[in-house]
Amino acid sequence: MPLIELKEVTKVYRMGDIDVHALRGVDLVIEKGEFVSITGASGSGKSTMLHVLGCLDSPSGGEYILEGIRVSGLGNRRLADIRNEKIGFVFQGFNLLPRTSALENVELPLLYDRAGRIKDPERKAVEALTRVGLADRLHHEPNRLSGGEQQRVAIARALINEPAILLADEPTGNLDTVTSMDIIGIFKELNSQGITIILVTHEPDIARQGKRMIELRDGRITHDHTVSASGG
Amino acid sequence: MKWKSLVKVALRSIMRNRLRSFLTMLGIIIGVGSVIALLSVGKGTQSDISGRIQSLGTNLLIIVPASSGFGGVSWGAGSWNTLTMSDVDRLERDATLISHASPVVRVRGQVIAGRNNWYTQVQGVSPDYVDIRSWPVDLGAFFTEREMKSMSKVAVLGATVADTLFPGIDPIGARIRIRNVPFTVIGVLSRKGQNMMGDDQDDIILTPATTALVRLSDGKTVNSIMASAVSEQMVEPARTELGLLMRESHRLKENESNDFGIRTQTEINETATSITRMMTLLLSSIAGVSLLVGGIGIMNIMLVSVTERTREIGLRLAIGAREADVMVQFLVEASIISLMGGVLGILFGFAAGAVIGKLTSTSIVADPLIIVVSFLFSGVIGIFFGFYPAKKAAALNPIEALHYE
Repeated sequence: MPLIELKEVTKVYRMGDIDVHALRGVDLVIEKGEFVSITGASGSGKSTMLHVLGCLDSPSGGEYILEGIRVSGLGNRRLADIRNEKIGFVFQGFNLLPRTSALENVELPLLYDRAGRIKDPERKAVEALTRVGLADRLHHEPNRLSGGEQQRVAIARALINEPAILLADEPTGNLDTVTSMDIIGIFKELNSQGITIILVTHEPDIARQGKRMIELRDGRITHDHTVSASGG
Repeated sequence: MKWKSLVKVALRSIMRNRLRSFLTMLGIIIGVGSVIALLSVGKGTQSDISGRIQSLGTNLLIIVPASSGFGGVSWGAGSWNTLTMSDVDRLERDATLISHASPVVRVRGQVIAGRNNWYTQVQGVSPDYVDIRSWPVDLGAFFTEREMKSMSKVAVLGATVADTLFPGIDPIGARIRIRNVPFTVIGVLSRKGQNMMGDDQDDIILTPATTALVRLSDGKTVNSIMASAVSEQMVEPARTELGLLMRESHRLKENESNDFGIRTQTEINETATSITRMMTLLLSSIAGVSLLVGGIGIMNIMLVSVTERTREIGLRLAIGAREADVMVQFLVEASIISLMGGVLGILFGFAAGAVIGKLTSTSIVADPLIIVVSFLFSGVIGIFFGFYPAKKAAALNPIEALHYE
C-alpha cells in the first residue's frame, strides 16, 4: 500500500465569475520514506497541491488516499484530526507563537491530540528539539532565536506527533543560502531516519536536494524523475 | 483540548496585552462595581429605613383628623380638628384589639431653664405613650395615670433638649418654663435618633396630655391619637374596630363619610420600601447599561484579537485544531477577561459602597447572593459577547489564515 495515492485529482476555485483550474487531473503515488520535491512556477498549482496533500483543502474531483484512508470527501472535523495525527507542517514564515518558549511551541500540536497517542509531551518535545540540534535553546522565545533556529523549532513542532508525512512549504524562503542548506541538511537527516518528506519550493537548487523531483505546470505534472545521486 | 491548557493559553494571551486587557475589563469593572455598590447601599438604606419605621413604635395605628373643606376648597389634613379626649377615653374603654392608646397634643414653644432657653416641640401624651413607641426613660421616671388625672405640671425631656438646657447637669427635679408655665422635670427619655425624614426625634418635651391641653393649648384639640394593636396580625382588624368606634364616638350617620383617617405602620413601611425598591431598580438599570457597554467593549477587543491572531488561528487549524477548539479557546478568553473584570468590579463596588455609606452614614449590607450573581453574570456577559468573535475565528479558512499578512 502506497503512503499517498492521488487519482485524477482536480481542484477548481471560483474567483468572481471565473473558474480557476488549479489542478487538472493529477495522478501521483508516493511511497513511505521518499523525499519528494514539488516545484513549478507560481500559478503552476504547487501550493494547491500542498494544501490538498496536507488535508487543508479538499479536491474538487478525483481521489486522495492517505495511508489507506480515503481523505477526499471527509468532513472538517475528521480532516482536522487527520492533520493532527498524520501530517507535520513546516511553513515559510515559521508561524511560531510569539512570547512562547521553543518547548511550548513544539508541544502545541499535542494540545489537539484527542486520541492521547503521545504520552509524555515534555520529554517528547525535548527529544524533538534535540533532533533538530536545539537542545540548548529549549526555553528561548522566538524573538531570541535566529531565522534558522526558528525554522528548526518549527520542524521539531512538525515532528512531535510522529506524522506520516512532513510537508514543507517553501521552508527556506525566508533564509539565507547557508542557513537554507542547514535546514535542508536536517530534512535529509530526518529522511535517512525513515521520515517521508514532501518539499514544495520554486527554487531549483533547493528542489534538487530531494531524491525525487516533480514539476508542475498549469495544474498538471510535467516531469517526475529521480534526482541523480550527485545531488547537484 | 484540556481545560487546564485552555485557561493557560487564554491567560497568556491576556497577559501579553496587559493594558489592553485591563481597559477591556474596565467596562465590566464599572458595571459590576456599580451594581454591587448600588445594591449594597440600597439594601443598607432599606434596612435603615425599616429600622427607623420600627422606631416609630410597635404595631402602630395613628388616627388623624380628616381633611375638610368648604365650597370646594380643601383645607388640607387636620383643617377641621375633630379629635378629642373623649375619643381617647372611648377607645380605651371599648376597643378590644388595641393594647394601648394615647392622645397626642402638639404645641411648639420656647422653653427656659435658668439661663438657657430652647425652642422645641411639646407633646402632651398619656403614660401609654412609652409603650406605644417603645421609648423608655433613661433617667428619672415617666409620669403616671395619677399625674395625668391631676394635670400635674411635670415634664419628661428628650435627650437633645436635656443636653441643651442642662449641659452636664442632672435635670431631674429642675424647674423649667414652657411658654411661661412652670414645669418640673421628672425624667429624661432614652436617645432615639433621627426619624425617616431626618428630624431629630429627641428634640421634644413630653407632658401629660391633660396638662398640655389646658395649660399650653386651646383646651380641647387633640392633634392625633396613637394606638398599639395587640399583635402584628391584629393591626388591620384593629383599624376596622377603631374606625367603627370613632364613627360612634363622633355620632356619624351612615351616609356621612369619616371625619378622621387611620394610618398603620405597615402602610408607612410599604411606601418607604416601594420608594427604595424603585430607587434600586432605577440605579440597577443604569448599572445594566454600563454592563452592556462593557460587554460590547469585550466583543470589540475580541474581534481585534481574532484579526491580530489570524495566523496563529491558521497554524492551530493546520496542526489539528477543530473549529470547535478555536471557538472554545476564544470563548474561554472572553469569559476570563469578563470574570476578572467581575472580581475586580465586586471589590471596587464594595469599596465604593463603603465610601458612599461613610459619606451618607447609611449602613452597607454585603449580600453573598449579590456577589455570586454578579460573578456569574459577568461570566455570562463574556460568553455572550465573546460568541460572535469566537465564531468568526472558528470559521476562518485555514489556508487564508496561514498566509494572512
